[in-house]
Amino acid sequence: MPGLIGKKVGMTRIFDSNGHDIPVTVIQAGPCVVVQVKTKNKDGYESVQLGFGDKKESRTNKPMAGHFKKGNVSPKQYLVEFPLKRGRKPKIGTSYTVSLFKEGDRVSVGGVSKGKGFAGVVKRHGFKGGPKTHGQSNRLRAPGSIGQSSDPSRVWRGMKMPGHMGNIKVSLKNLEVVKIDESNNCLFIKGAIPGARNGIVTLLK
Amino acid sequence: MIEAQDLTQEYLRKDIPDFRAGDTVKVNVKVVEGDRQRIQRFEGVVLSRKGTGINSTFTVRKISSGIGVERIFPLHSPSIESIDVIRKGKVRRAKIYYLRKLRGKAARIKERR
Repeated sequence: MPGLIGKKVGMTRIFDSNGHDIPVTVIQAGPCVVVQVKTKNKDGYESVQLGFGDKKESRTNKPMAGHFKKGNVSPKQYLVEFPLKRGRKPKIGTSYTVSLFKEGDRVSVGGVSKGKGFAGVVKRHGFKGGPKTHGQSNRLRAPGSIGQSSDPSRVWRGMKMPGHMGNIKVSLKNLEVVKIDESNNCLFIKGAIPGARNGIVTLLK
Repeated sequence: MIEAQDLTQEYLRKDIPDFRAGDTVKVNVKVVEGDRQRIQRFEGVVLSRKGTGINSTFTVRKISSGIGVERIFPLHSPSIESIDVIRKGKVRRAKIYYLRKLRGKAARIKERR
């Protein structure tokens, strides 16, 4: 199985045997159930659809209820598709837990980053802003010049400007799994991961 | 609902003595030099205790050759070998940062009995 779906619990710290302080993000991952297996013949590509978190039958609409019924699994709150390696064919209805991972594993984690709204260039692109003193007014967080003169008489495409920031899918690779708590279905991953608490994240091996 | 801090119970130390701001403590810190390990002492007055659970820290201040030195220790860090409470002080505040401005006689703390 290539990965799991999880929920960000929050950040804390743990200590290793050398007394080093490790900042960790706790993710409650799985148990995830295989809801659908897509095949080359039928769907044109190979992947597996995992479901995470139970949902009431009454809250499930008819088309989705039919989809879950096909695999004979209970309705799930979140569905995420993972790419499958060639030849692998998981059975529908099998459940996967954090035991999929080992301590010391490197994983990539994807989540939806916190939305920052319409942000200026200092926050959004790390611009330095203008000077605070020496007779300046309203230059403190200004972007400065955005181009040249009558040649080219336009602003280059891709110019860094203010705009909407955050609330996009962000993936981080090569994060270390520091600890696994199987009784609580929790993974301790070194460092920060995208998104707010209770946000849904995907873990890829 | 799981809280991240609740999952760190196993890292909490149970051998921490009862102390608070105003107390004089001796912190025995494990220091690794190359492949050798030795114990370094840091003795001084506790200025504050902060945080909860595994995130809790405490600040110790001492006067080292005329210069005030403060060190912040994570309370549950395994690199702390032990904490000895030498003297219990009587202070009216939970954080005694005002001690930084005081020198000599004024910086004395009454003993708590």
